[in-house]
Amino acid sequence: MKHLQQAANLTRIRAMSMTHHSQLGHTGGDLSSADVLTCLYLGGILAVDPARPHWEQRDRFIMSKGHCSGAFYATLAARGFFPVEQLKTFMDPLSMLNGHPDRNKLPGVEANTGPLGHGAPIAVGAALAAKMRGEHWRVFVLTGDGELQEGSNWEAAMTAHHYKLDNLTVIVDRNRIQQGDFTENTIQMDPLAPKWSSFGFAVREVDGHNHEELMQVFQSLPLEPGKPTCIIANTVKGKGVSFAENKPAWHHGVPTREQLFMAAEELGVEVPW
Amino acid sequence: MVVAAPVETSAKTYDCREAYSRTLEEMAAQDKRVCAVVNDSVSSTKLKKFKELFPDRFVNVGIAEQNMVGVGAGLANGGMVPYVCGASCFLTARAMEQVKVDLGYSKWNVKLCGMSSGMAYGQLGATHHSIEDMAWTRIIPNLTVIVPADPLETEQVMRYSLRHDGPMFLRISRVPVPEVHDRGYQFTLGRAALMNDGDDVTIITNGILVARALQAAKLLEQRGIFARVLNMSSIKPLDYDAIIKAAKETRGIVTVEEALTAGGLGGAVAEVLALHHPAPMRMLGLPDVFAPTGSAEFLLDHFHLNADGMVNAALDLLGENK
Repeated sequence: MKHLQQAANLTRIRAMSMTHHSQLGHTGGDLSSADVLTCLYLGGILAVDPARPHWEQRDRFIMSKGHCSGAFYATLAARGFFPVEQLKTFMDPLSMLNGHPDRNKLPGVEANTGPLGHGAPIAVGAALAAKMRGEHWRVFVLTGDGELQEGSNWEAAMTAHHYKLDNLTVIVDRNRIQQGDFTENTIQMDPLAPKWSSFGFAVREVDGHNHEELMQVFQSLPLEPGKPTCIIANTVKGKGVSFAENKPAWHHGVPTREQLFMAAEELGVEVPW
Repeated sequence: MVVAAPVETSAKTYDCREAYSRTLEEMAAQDKRVCAVVNDSVSSTKLKKFKELFPDRFVNVGIAEQNMVGVGAGLANGGMVPYVCGASCFLTARAMEQVKVDLGYSKWNVKLCGMSSGMAYGQLGATHHSIEDMAWTRIIPNLTVIVPADPLETEQVMRYSLRHDGPMFLRISRVPVPEVHDRGYQFTLGRAALMNDGDDVTIITNGILVARALQAAKLLEQRGIFARVLNMSSIKPLDYDAIIKAAKETRGIVTVEEALTAGGLGGAVAEVLALHHPAPMRMLGLPDVFAPTGSAEFLLDHFHLNADGMVNAALDLLGENK
């Protein structure tokens, strides 16, 4: 697990360097989602092949919270979908690394996301396709918690339950902060687990920063045969960087050069560029 | 431009949804990738038989259009070719961001079938009219937009859609239409069909209005005015050549559509003329209004989307409407 922790922290500092470079980005959500992404891609959960990004039998991962592209791109690069060096071009003119992911530009991206509430329906469709074709790939989608305010997620949830999509796993990055404020001050999300279970999902709440817990739950999918899974990953927005932790202003805060070095020291890694 | 059919139209009329659903069933029998997604619209999309024949390739997401289009994108991700079918008014409007992001921007191989488009749901009122869909869909990059005119063209467009790798919007009416194409007709993407030749004025239309345009051409001919009639079933890509040729060879262009003229066929033709060959124009369609209640036939007459309306517009354009 130690190597996963190191990898997650490397993803964190790379994402922050990218945000510093572009002076745009979503640091808070990058930091909260880094551990989930690391376990999926570098913990051996997802059956993907960087040499064949369109390999038909691959597991599908859809980054519905597309604004957290910093952590997502850093994870894809670490998994070998493109050179880590390329991360330096984040949001540069004509870069393949858009502010939000573009599947037609960047290998490893399954769906174009950015506007919220798009990932879950696409994931449902991909899971349905596997059932129709008798194939065994699995579909994972990572949503934000504020994102669940978009009704399309619940339309997708009803469909997933109706069609018994036990090859689908929805992961909620439950960091409790959205762009403007804490989620509960904006639109109350709690109680979140009963919402998903009442929609027919097998639900598990985990510490979204505990790699052992994450790996254990990912390795035991589906939680119940015949049911889609929802994993609520309780996380901390800005996790790992004290000045950013749990602060709404860091939803899309941009680190200064000095803050970048402070973050690196706290994370126990070096500033990459 | 392809030269098409005789002016004569059939006496019998057809619901193009029948041709669409029959062809979809045939395509599904031949190609295991074909599947259908509906929003509780099994009967209005005429897919009851499809559901019986291919239950494992039929998805009903319920009344949830945003989800429906996203599910279509996901099915395409999984190698299927989904036909996402529903009333055009809901399919487009409620899911417009999904149409933009999940289909146009993402280029997923999804076919949207907007049924009962235009003012087909006449009496149900403006909520159920789909007079904006032509404008909305044609401005989305990468999205191909086609409006077939009769059963034969509907069948051909459906077959073409399976060969075409990319997102498409097919606008299909439920208003009965006569056959306007003969058996030899071949739909070609991006090419208007020359339905009647003439050098005085050009009428450009599509869908259920092609038959009416042919009637208008006959009425004009009785006055010694020869109208060129183009079936512009391919809204995007649009046949620039046929439009510019018509602007050069005739004295003006009348566009006729069962939609808002702003952004629709009229707007599209005007863009071509403004940039390439300005010519006098008249646009028949809905001005900046919602339609009142009334049967589809009533509303078509109300907005002059009939042979008389087209004749008057042509005469006005030619300065002969005295």
